[in-house]
Amino acid sequence: MNDFTRRTALKGAGATLGAAAFAHAMAPLTEWTKDLSLDEFLQRHYKELTPEEMQVILRRLEEETKREYGRDVTIQDLPPQEGVSFGYALNLSVCIGCRKCAEACHQENNHDRRSGNSYIRVLEMEQGSLDLERGNADYDHAVPAPGKYYLPVQCHQCDNAPCVKVCPVQATWKEQDGVVVVDYNWCIGCRYCEAACPYHARRFNWTKPEVPAEEINPDQGYLSNRIRPQGVVEKCTFCLHRTRAGRLPACLEACPTGARVFGNLLDPKSPIRWVLENKRVFVLKEELGTRPRFFYFFDK
Amino acid sequence: MAATRHVLDYPRFLGRLLWMSTDGSWRFYTWMTVLTAICLVGANAWARQLVEGMALTGMSDHVSWGLYVANFTFGVGLAAGAVMMVIPAYLYHDHEMHDVTLVGELLAVAAIALSLLFIVVDMGHPERAWHLIPGVGRFNWPVSMLTWDVVVLNGYLLLNLHICGYLLYMRFLGRKPRKRWYLPFVFLSIFWAVSIHSVTAFLYSGLGGRPFWNSALLAPRFIASAFITGPAFVILLLQVIRRFTGLPIGEGPQRTLTSVMRVTVLLNLFMLGSEVFTAFYTGGAHAGPVRYLFFGLHGHHALVPWIWTAVACNVASAVLLHLPASRRRVTVLNVACVLAFVGVWIEKGMGLIIPGFVPSTLHEMVEYVPTVTEWKITAGIWAFGLMLLTVAVKVALPVLSGQLAAQAAQAENPSQEEEQRAAA
Repeated sequence: MNDFTRRTALKGAGATLGAAAFAHAMAPLTEWTKDLSLDEFLQRHYKELTPEEMQVILRRLEEETKREYGRDVTIQDLPPQEGVSFGYALNLSVCIGCRKCAEACHQENNHDRRSGNSYIRVLEMEQGSLDLERGNADYDHAVPAPGKYYLPVQCHQCDNAPCVKVCPVQATWKEQDGVVVVDYNWCIGCRYCEAACPYHARRFNWTKPEVPAEEINPDQGYLSNRIRPQGVVEKCTFCLHRTRAGRLPACLEACPTGARVFGNLLDPKSPIRWVLENKRVFVLKEELGTRPRFFYFFDK
Repeated sequence: MAATRHVLDYPRFLGRLLWMSTDGSWRFYTWMTVLTAICLVGANAWARQLVEGMALTGMSDHVSWGLYVANFTFGVGLAAGAVMMVIPAYLYHDHEMHDVTLVGELLAVAAIALSLLFIVVDMGHPERAWHLIPGVGRFNWPVSMLTWDVVVLNGYLLLNLHICGYLLYMRFLGRKPRKRWYLPFVFLSIFWAVSIHSVTAFLYSGLGGRPFWNSALLAPRFIASAFITGPAFVILLLQVIRRFTGLPIGEGPQRTLTSVMRVTVLLNLFMLGSEVFTAFYTGGAHAGPVRYLFFGLHGHHALVPWIWTAVACNVASAVLLHLPASRRRVTVLNVACVLAFVGVWIEKGMGLIIPGFVPSTLHEMVEYVPTVTEWKITAGIWAFGLMLLTVAVKVALPVLSGQLAAQAAQAENPSQEEEQRAAA
């Protein structure tokens, strides 16, 4: 009988010790759960929310931004406009590789300041070659350099988007106006879309973004540039908080050479239609069958 | 009437097994304590990763999957490979194998649990996992291959839990298992084992933007390597079981599994060779990842030591397995198994995942090296998997050998029986 009690007592002690050690090991989680509200946890998918529910969520997000970042912001959820389908074209003959577009993107979309993130990557390419392997995104010298041309790459808003296909929870989808969006409150952070994208268009929030209050762009969209939570994927949305309100993307406005052309593909009189009809246009990695809405062309 | 009794008795049976699993020798306690300690280190690292973000890992937007997904892939292979005990037993009526098939199925359960944990720690928002529940969340089935993986992995887990649980319970009750309650599931599990690893391969091979993965040979390679690691692990495991439990396990299963490995190690090397040939002979951008993997590219060499270690291990294990000595001396066989296991772990882990990302889709060279956090979490999950396997095997064996049966338990109350066992 002695053996029985001693053994059981030892087991009990072992179990208690184990449980205590486990609680201690998981202690950092208390900080994590502090940031996680029940409303946020139970929030349903974007497409299942009623307009009233969306309003409640938008106000909650604005309050959170105020609390955590110290800035009053307006977060809207602008719907796609009827009869609008966005397209973007870029003139490689005039792009000088100054990366003003990438910088404008960084500010407009409230990117994390430490990582210097941007949805646009500009490759310095060798004249006479479209081989990306001979491109370089880390150049650090005066531009344009002789013998080079520049290839800015951002989300191509593909009509047959591999990233949308692979998402296991439909956290990313194509909107009616052609923009591929992410519901940051639905994404589980598996990064399968990042692996699937052939254009390096997607970014993951490896940390909680840091943006000083005075640098925050207060004009925000639920599906676009609101400050993203840690642990979710994000991407270029053709600045839909601007473009759905009739403005142009930030990268276009920042371009000093006028290399960028943006507009409604369904409007026969739009500049983007003129480019597509009159220039020799191509898309990147056409052979993959992704059907991009982002086009490149040369003038000469 | 009888069914309602089982509803209560079966959980009680499982409870007794669980209680039993806490008894053992000092060796057992030491082993479990060490594993628990490693587990806790991993749990702590994961908790910190959740709070501070995945920036604690070595991953980046260029290499967005790393050690976790590598181990996930390997774990799925291990689970699928365990079925190599089921096939001889049920399809070829290998009776000796039949007696130890359960060990393979328990290994499958532990390996799937391990794989699922590697996915959980790779997620930025694990608390949102409920978005994956069909009907409750938004399950992107059948378009996303990842949803197929969720289905087949959980299905395989349930299948094996049912088969193991049912057979053990019947053995415990002293009844002959009824074929219709397990045979269909066993045959389904054979088909299913192939599916889990094919679907996992399709996760990668379906991505047109990643030339390194975009190969029809990926799924066959996965299956071949699974049928290396599964048997290799089981050969070692059976020896451990024989040594520590005294359970009479014949030489038959070991011989059969060695024969399987003799074929699969060569098949695996052949397919690796085919991939390497195609990449290098064709050249161009498509060879970039393979060149990076084997020789380094543009001054980046992080994976070179890994892959050559893997090649050395795989070739050495192939040679050892074909030496006559591997039949006579178990040490030679064991060394071959360890080498094969390590070789495939690298080849199908880091050697498969990382070159998918280097060079990146825009042909940038950003390398990946796992951080201490990743190693801690990885070790923690492996320790957890081993604990699961230890407990599973430990409780299953007394039932299997008839040491624990319902008749004996009814005579006395369970705790007294425990006492007798402990005293013995």
